[in-house]
Amino acid sequence: MFYREAGQYKTNYAADMAVFPLRQDRIGIAVILAIAFIGIPLLGNDFFIASVMIPFLVFSLAAIGLNILTGYTGLISLGTAAFMGVGAYSCYKLTTFFPGVNIIVLILVSGLFSAAIGVLFGLPSLRIKGFYLAVATLAAQFFLQWAFVRIPWLFNYNASGAIEVPQRTLFGLPITGASATPETRYFVCLGLVVVLTWFASNIVHGKLGRSWMAVRDMDIAAELMGIKLLNAKLTAFAVSSYFAGVAGAMMIFLWYGGGEANDVFTIRLSFTILFMVIIGGLGSLIGSFFGAAFLSALPTALKFGLPALGVPIGGAAAEHVTFMLVGALIIIFLIVEPHGLARLWQIGKQKLRTWPFPY
Amino acid sequence: MSDVAAQPTPNLLANGWIKSGLIVLGLVAAAIVGARIDPTGTIHAIFVDPFNQMAQAPDLLAQTIWEGLVSGVLYALIALGFVLIFKASGVFNFAQGIMVVFAALTLVGLYEKGVPAFLAVVLTLGVMFALAVTIERVVLRPLVNQPDIILFMATFGITYFLIGFGEAIFGGNPKQMIAEQLYLPKGAIDLKILGGIVSLQKIDIAAAIIASLMIAVLALFFQYTRIGRALRAVADSHKAALSVGISLNQIWVIVWFTAGIVALITGIMWGARSDVSFALEIVALKALPVLILGGFTSIPGAIVGGLIIGIGEKLGEFYWGPLIGGGIESWLAYFIALGFLLFRPQGLFGDKIIERI
Repeated sequence: MFYREAGQYKTNYAADMAVFPLRQDRIGIAVILAIAFIGIPLLGNDFFIASVMIPFLVFSLAAIGLNILTGYTGLISLGTAAFMGVGAYSCYKLTTFFPGVNIIVLILVSGLFSAAIGVLFGLPSLRIKGFYLAVATLAAQFFLQWAFVRIPWLFNYNASGAIEVPQRTLFGLPITGASATPETRYFVCLGLVVVLTWFASNIVHGKLGRSWMAVRDMDIAAELMGIKLLNAKLTAFAVSSYFAGVAGAMMIFLWYGGGEANDVFTIRLSFTILFMVIIGGLGSLIGSFFGAAFLSALPTALKFGLPALGVPIGGAAAEHVTFMLVGALIIIFLIVEPHGLARLWQIGKQKLRTWPFPY
Repeated sequence: MSDVAAQPTPNLLANGWIKSGLIVLGLVAAAIVGARIDPTGTIHAIFVDPFNQMAQAPDLLAQTIWEGLVSGVLYALIALGFVLIFKASGVFNFAQGIMVVFAALTLVGLYEKGVPAFLAVVLTLGVMFALAVTIERVVLRPLVNQPDIILFMATFGITYFLIGFGEAIFGGNPKQMIAEQLYLPKGAIDLKILGGIVSLQKIDIAAAIIASLMIAVLALFFQYTRIGRALRAVADSHKAALSVGISLNQIWVIVWFTAGIVALITGIMWGARSDVSFALEIVALKALPVLILGGFTSIPGAIVGGLIIGIGEKLGEFYWGPLIGGGIESWLAYFIALGFLLFRPQGLFGDKIIERI
């Protein structure tokens, strides 16, 4: 009824190629941004912002990174957590070397190191694909995880072996370190995620994104059409690892904050992000957000929601239930809708558009 | 990777073996020259010193190789479960590792409830059969004819479900395997050879024997029985197999049950060496490089690959690990497989994948 394209004429090519061709969609995005920037900081309490929204934003960025590689280019990676770790550790080294530079700049730059490492481990993708490539990325996962523990230079020879987040300020407000409030950290995260999502959206809708999708759909055909596989695959690894690296730096500096982040970049984190991408929808940016929201909120919801409803459940039991639920949900999603939450979203929009008629 | 119908001239360099052989030779020559020039430097430490150590203490070398062989057998057993399912249903079963843990936990859990050991084994087999039926009903049947990658992801789901389920029922604590009750041998045999003592655990010898027996049985089963042939037909194409009257559902239950049996045996052997815990889940990932080395569709490949990875890993850790701080066991296997992939992407014994547009 209210969601119709009737009466909206496209009078130039730019309008035809717009990412959000419908006025209603543009309004929807504006509303979501308004809620994110104004509504949540005003209405949410510290707990909600610190342990629901910030993890959600960090995971969304990581999921977008993996989605670029797995969803858009069709290369499976099981090493996302390691690339996130590269971002986190290089951000730490950068803060030590350049204490005067703004932390946001450093977080963005640390993604570049992650991108370089990603390209290095992406090299085998030129010769292998599918499951074989998954194993190659496992090599990255285990090697980098080993390096984070065994190379003391990376954590400045700390006794704890973990990253110690220094206090840094923006416009006089502390945004990292122990004294940063959840609200300021949330705003920094949100700003980074919005800008980088816009960036990702432009890439995947542009020439580069199209070449990735061509490689995903059939690499031999893409090669015959003049797409250089070397460039397409390696740029996919670079961009994907860049996003993962920034997400990793954000994870340590804006989410964890303290020194408790010794052992987060494990294979299990890689799997979690892969599940976010699958459940959210392969090859969809909004799907990355859906998947991240779903899987990062689920453990918190089970841990705090079920006792509130009167179901007695301990921390360990909640974790087991989460595992079982995640496993079951993955299977259900693959059976019911292999294209994930993003496809459900699309179907919903289509139904709304033709409502009250079935088609 | 296109298929060429007729090779006009046999090019020697096109042969992967010869090419890789030449490269290895070149590397060795360069290393020897490098070590000659600089007898105390890094090149010496990497390329000469470990071999000196091996030559000076052959008993230590033999012990290391034996250790590698033993862990290789276990990798091979896990890889075998992968290969079985991949060969017969084209599903890359990520859940094999957790099935091993689950089978072992069920066995130990039943024994702790007071069930006699051998009855517990039978009951565990029943549980694995029920698991196979459930997986077929709930997961595989609705996903018939989906792309491989979807089925692969579905096994991730099974893995997570089983982790949660297993931990909820049996708890996360490591358990002791009931090795004595199953009449598995204990203790070690000390061999006096090569100017030293090499000690072989009896349980390891038993594991090697049982593994070889199982492989022989499986090979016969696949090659000579009606069901074995049907399994191979299903692997080639779900649709074609259905159209000639093979019951897909039955075949899937059989193959997942077989993988469950392999998982139980692996679990018993593994549990008897260390203890039964969910840490095995990470170890099971080591089966992936093994598969790459051996090829996804080859049972002998899984065995040979497992042994190569096991021995390579232990030798690397023992002789080269200290050079860069130790603990390299966690990733060396993947790098061995990766290096291998560059020369022979289809694995040692795997079928060459031919792609047509």
